[in-house]
Amino acid sequence: MGDPVVLIANWLDGLLVGWGLADGWVTLIKTILGGVGISIFVLVIDIFLVWLERKFVARFQDRLGPNRLGPFGLIQPIADVIKLLIKENITPAGADKYIYNLAPIIALATVISLWAVIPLSPTMFGTDVNVGVLYIVAIGGISTLGILMAGWSSNNKYALLGAFRTVAQLVSYEIPMVISLLVPVILAKSMGINTIVSEQSIWFIFLAPVAALIFLISSHAELGRAPFDLAEAESEIVAGFHIEYTGMKFGMFYAGELLHALTVGALFSSFFLGGWQGPGAEAFPILGIVYFFIKAFAMYWVVAWLKYSLPRIRIDQMLNFNWKFLTPLSLVVLLLTATLDRLLINTSTWIYAGSMFFTNILLLIVLFQIMKRSGRRERKRVAEPKPIARPDGVRSVPTP
Amino acid sequence: MLNDWLFIGLIVLIAPVFPILALLIPRIIAPKKPHPLKNQTYECGIETVGDSWIQFKVQYYNFALIFLIFDVEIVFLFPWAVAYNQLPLFALVEGILFILILAAGLVYTWRKGVLEWH
Repeated sequence: MGDPVVLIANWLDGLLVGWGLADGWVTLIKTILGGVGISIFVLVIDIFLVWLERKFVARFQDRLGPNRLGPFGLIQPIADVIKLLIKENITPAGADKYIYNLAPIIALATVISLWAVIPLSPTMFGTDVNVGVLYIVAIGGISTLGILMAGWSSNNKYALLGAFRTVAQLVSYEIPMVISLLVPVILAKSMGINTIVSEQSIWFIFLAPVAALIFLISSHAELGRAPFDLAEAESEIVAGFHIEYTGMKFGMFYAGELLHALTVGALFSSFFLGGWQGPGAEAFPILGIVYFFIKAFAMYWVVAWLKYSLPRIRIDQMLNFNWKFLTPLSLVVLLLTATLDRLLINTSTWIYAGSMFFTNILLLIVLFQIMKRSGRRERKRVAEPKPIARPDGVRSVPTP
Repeated sequence: MLNDWLFIGLIVLIAPVFPILALLIPRIIAPKKPHPLKNQTYECGIETVGDSWIQFKVQYYNFALIFLIFDVEIVFLFPWAVAYNQLPLFALVEGILFILILAAGLVYTWRKGVLEWH
């Protein structure tokens, strides 16, 4: 049994060759159609992610969520899109028009481009470049640029402050994210995502649970969602970088963020949860898509869970957590994985997997001890009496 | 091989088309009634004061510098990770030394207090 996409591609091949087109043109047309297909597929999912996200937040907050339009409120996101489309687009006075209009396009387009290298099933993927991981890191970096452009061009102080914070955050969390991505690359000995997925006869989350945790946390920070949503902290800087955007331009940022959340889920499931792998996925590629999306949406749910459960952190806490905890930790994990991989190169799979797993668990136990100690120190520091300003300007330390 | 990159090149061109289309539709169907008051920059409901392109805190620059160091490190580590099986044991030692040298840089910035947010 074949894959519907492969069937369509073969049919198209026959049709175009039958028309007497040269091989090069056939490849070009098929590639363009594939690109358009993936983009539309991803955008349709994106529209319904709005519904899913609203249902999630409603359930987390013990509400019902959208339930009026259509069954379970499924038509609601389409109504939302129509509403956004007929809203007036306001360009603030003094804004840098080209950059201002380019920023929302970049914000969504970069996330769509990420899906080019994510394999949905053994036979269904955009492309299998041999530097897929590097491509993901590079394109992910461009989305930072979109946010900086939005903040800079809006001619608004809050937008600019939000952009500063976002760039500081994204730039910082890029480091542990990329270092934790090196671990699956070492385990699979390849940067191509298809190879990484097909190498996972044992899911990499069992071989490298700490790296998976680092990847989840740092890519959650890259999303700019709570608890890392200082870029759009309503109580401090109103709405951050997208404060001056209205209508569909705001919608682009919103859609980009939601789609990025699902992309993080998809990447996590590709790198650590075995992607399309599952019982019978090799024989029936169509099953691979089902497994892949089950895993991706499960991770999306975890990301949403984190977002709606945790309070926002301060910028100093955000930077401390990254530079003093995640980055050294990711370096330790990288060194550990590299050394163990070399030492256990000729042992059987189970010894290899078992020692990887137990070393990681040991590391996790040490980590919890370190976090416990630093938490105790922080609580002690906060509990100390602080100088308070008196009306006459004299500072004094209150006696407890 | 070349076809793989053809797809990447094309999707980078195709992906912006959909956001651009979505931004062009409101040009036709959305109302457009600009007004000097409506177009004013938002600032807590009062009139804006001074230039909005404010100076930024120099600490952001420090963090950007540290980021740059680590980012370059990672670019060098990726080929090392991919060719890991074909490398002799010496390469592992070399990689560890390379990571440790940069970790020493992190420790140095930490001790110097660059990582503290004032």
